[in-house]
Amino acid sequence: MSADHLGQLRREGRIVIVGASLAGLRAAETLRAEGFAGELTLIGDEPYEPYDRPPLSKSVLLGKASPHRTDLPHRREIDAKWRLGVAATGLDLSAKRVRLADGDEVEYDRLLIATGVRARPWFKEDEARLDGVCLLRTRDDADDLYQRLKAGPRRVFIIGAGFAGSEVASACREMGIPVTVAERAGAPLVGALGGVIGAVATGLQTENGVDLRTHVTVTGLEGDATGRVRAVHLSDESVVEADVVVVSLGSMRNTEWLNGSGLGAGPRGIACDAGCRAFDFRGIVTDDVFVAGDVARSPHALFGYQFLSLEHWGNAVAQAQTAAHNMICDGADRRPHLWMPAFWSSMFGVNIKSVGVPPMGEQIMITQGSLAERRFVGVYGYKGRIIAAVSFDNTRWLEFYQRQIERGAPFPVEFPTVDRRPEGRPVDADFPDPSLPTHGPMITLSGYSPADQQLVFHPARH
Amino acid sequence: MTHPSMLRRITDFANRANPYPVYEELRKTPVLHEEDGPFVISSYYDIEALLHDPRISSDAVNLVDPGEDEVSGPEATGLPPSFIRLDPPEHDRLRRIANSSFGPPHRPRRIENMRGELAEIVSGLIDGLGDAREIDLVDEVAYPFPVTVICRLLGVPREDEPRFRAWVDPIVAGLDPDTRTSADSERTAQEARLQLGMYLNGLVEQRAKEPRDDMLSDLVNSQGPDGAMTTMEVLSTSVLLLIAGHETTVNLITNGMLTLLRHPEYLRRLREDPGLSPKIVEELLRYEPPVQLLPQRTCITDIEVRGVTIPKGSRIWLALAAGNRDPERFQDPDRFDPDRGDLQHLGFGSGIHSCFGAPLARLEAQIALSELARRLENPRLVEDPPPYRQNAVLRGPRHLKIAFDGLR
Ligand SMILES: Cc1cc2nc3c(=O)[nH]c(=O)nc-3n(C[C@H](O)[C@H](O)[C@H](O)COP(=O)(O)OP(=O)(O)OC[C@H]3O[C@@H](n4cnc5c(N)ncnc54)[C@H](O)[C@@H]3O)c2cc1C
Ligand code: HEM
Repeated sequence: MSADHLGQLRREGRIVIVGASLAGLRAAETLRAEGFAGELTLIGDEPYEPYDRPPLSKSVLLGKASPHRTDLPHRREIDAKWRLGVAATGLDLSAKRVRLADGDEVEYDRLLIATGVRARPWFKEDEARLDGVCLLRTRDDADDLYQRLKAGPRRVFIIGAGFAGSEVASACREMGIPVTVAERAGAPLVGALGGVIGAVATGLQTENGVDLRTHVTVTGLEGDATGRVRAVHLSDESVVEADVVVVSLGSMRNTEWLNGSGLGAGPRGIACDAGCRAFDFRGIVTDDVFVAGDVARSPHALFGYQFLSLEHWGNAVAQAQTAAHNMICDGADRRPHLWMPAFWSSMFGVNIKSVGVPPMGEQIMITQGSLAERRFVGVYGYKGRIIAAVSFDNTRWLEFYQRQIERGAPFPVEFPTVDRRPEGRPVDADFPDPSLPTHGPMITLSGYSPADQQLVFHPARH
Repeated sequence: MTHPSMLRRITDFANRANPYPVYEELRKTPVLHEEDGPFVISSYYDIEALLHDPRISSDAVNLVDPGEDEVSGPEATGLPPSFIRLDPPEHDRLRRIANSSFGPPHRPRRIENMRGELAEIVSGLIDGLGDAREIDLVDEVAYPFPVTVICRLLGVPREDEPRFRAWVDPIVAGLDPDTRTSADSERTAQEARLQLGMYLNGLVEQRAKEPRDDMLSDLVNSQGPDGAMTTMEVLSTSVLLLIAGHETTVNLITNGMLTLLRHPEYLRRLREDPGLSPKIVEELLRYEPPVQLLPQRTCITDIEVRGVTIPKGSRIWLALAAGNRDPERFQDPDRFDPDRGDLQHLGFGSGIHSCFGAPLARLEAQIALSELARRLENPRLVEDPPPYRQNAVLRGPRHLKIAFDGLR
């Protein structure tokens, strides 16, 4: 694009952002901060201004924060047209138009897609409709679940022991509510952190009074005559009575609205290059459609250029800022999105944080502290390099390990560290077979192809 | 090659009033090593990295050549080291127990709840100036204020200050690399620490029998998931809190008033808007940090910093005050600018040893400075620069003479 064109775009261009949440808002702010003076439109299907999700499974469920009080702070005035409560339903790449559910169409010069993910619902639709069967992704979900927990249910049943499910279990126990957690894998958090850490999470849950059932799947939800859920049936033939069921089976990318658009979008997200530009379904990069946040799938130099999908708050912010920057500049001024994956969680009074990509780890060694005390740093190795690290109540050290990952430092860790215990030897990290989806690993590696293998091209219906 | 006497120039009393030109030169050799001296690290990013590096130790047993007052084996007579000089897991355990009486999650509001009390203490001290038109800010406000606060928090009788003062001074002097020249002074510091511990032991024994709402009672009766502290641990923790709790804050308040008087536009703005005080205090912690150096680190294996190998067991100094003015990190670093967008600093350290008392120190300095700005009419420096304390590590004016026209 000529400098003229770019100048015009920055002065009077039209930028449309679909998805008015964390990534959408931060991108809008970056655009304005970097001098975009044209027309900015934010389209979001939720009726609310952007709000923050991490508190929804933590303080909100404990009643320590109102679900309606987690609005994201605005870092600056963005002077945008807000189209809230209306979904985008289609995209016409050649006409550069977004179609809306209310029939409107919005034209753009540059488009940012930040439609995120939604909670994967219970697969049997009639059972999913039972009163008391809950999901947790939105503010309304959290409000509903909070009201139900406050009412003092006899038992809460959680399907899936990923981070979200485990955090809900933690909130229930803190409120003194009996809770059962079912997990198909051998332990909580295994998809994200592997079996060695999963064993620690098992201890954490059971000692806090969670009735944890592993190596089982839920086969059915049973309702009573009034349509309320009353029991959960498991693959080991047991039946657990519960009046609230939280379905926490990971997430689904919000890409259906792009079917037929010709964009490289599918169930695994929207593929984009390191500069956040979307690929079309042929694997050719576009130059006016950008992607950021949970819905994106992008290659990362530190992890062998595999495509990564990250459901991480920090990634959404960083990628949104990079995408916004790249949307209004050219060539050499553009930046790659090289964010070091980092994720935090808190449950049962423990702060958990990881950096890098633990699921790539073949081995893990505990370099500081001890698993038994549940205070430690564990380092993951992949092909002789440090690829990730995780800490339980030891967050302050992770910065160091992040630098080791960036440097491609050798694994096993060859130097001594303070608080090294006899257990600090490399062992198998024990991740489950990646072909068996566990519940919400939060980082998904999806190979080297920008075109989603599972993608089927549906011709547009006009 | 660097100037051979760089180290001497850092500790040289002649540079105390303005050490920053020396630090600027120091940063040209980001890893400075002179003969058998310490390795001095002076760039912001290197210091920050080492404070998060698990190969770095605060425990003197890992030094090849520890001072006599730094080790406490069976042969030593002193108190065991407090957690500022320990590594995990002991450090973490003791800090957690101490924290259960001080901050979140167990006592989330303890410090915030002291706000009213702190304001009253400061008002009382300022009222006490009466008709004076010239004062020494150190003696009248900056010193008595944090002493009163830490005494109340711990449960140490305020009137005992002259007694513990006599032990605190040699301990603090022992932190100063310049006075640490003889085994004698090291032994004096060691002896003083023991005496102070014995004094505190008297109070601790009382609290074991009759607990009150103070930290000594909490420490001696601690029984959370981390178990109890031993009596010796209670004593060394109390010594640490008592000293760290006021020897630094006095300098933050004094440096603060000095800096504001040198930048009167901010004094005026603070008078008009006490809401500015958090920004001012953060920028002060960068611009004039009360703790200038951390002289007690070592490494438990050979490490490499900027291509320089630091051998295992070497003494490492982290020059916080130099890092705070590193142009690689801060734009226009020598300008006092509370409006800068990124108010960050190494003033409280970083990593696992980052200042335990930071929430209290911040609140004390914010309240003291905004009250002084509000109440002193037309304050002026009588002497600039003021006379400084000897100490190069805990740096600040010994006196700060201020003239003013009256109290508001
Ligand atoms: C309960 C919970 C707890 C979490 N805890 C943590 C945590 O502790 N740490 C962490 O790192 N991360 C956590 N996360 C993840 C973090 O919140 C996400 O990474 C972040 O929200 C991603 O932001 P985003 O803007 O990309 O996507 P989203 O927040 O999902 O936003 C996408 C928005 O687009 C809207 N949208 C979708 N389709 C359309 C359409 N067709 N038209 C218009 N609008 C549309 C959606 O309704 C939504 O508002 C948590 C998430 C949840 C749900
Ligand atoms: C302006 C005031 C203060 C400053 C500038 C300051 C600065 C610092 C610094 C730089 C450290 C890090 C030491 C290291 O890494 O070795 C530290 C640690 C510490 N400070 Fe402060 N401090 C202040 C006030 C206080 C107060 C008021 C208290 C007590 C109530 C306190 C208690 C401590 C303790 C206990 C440690 C040791 C922490 C640990 O080792 O984990 N400090 N302080």
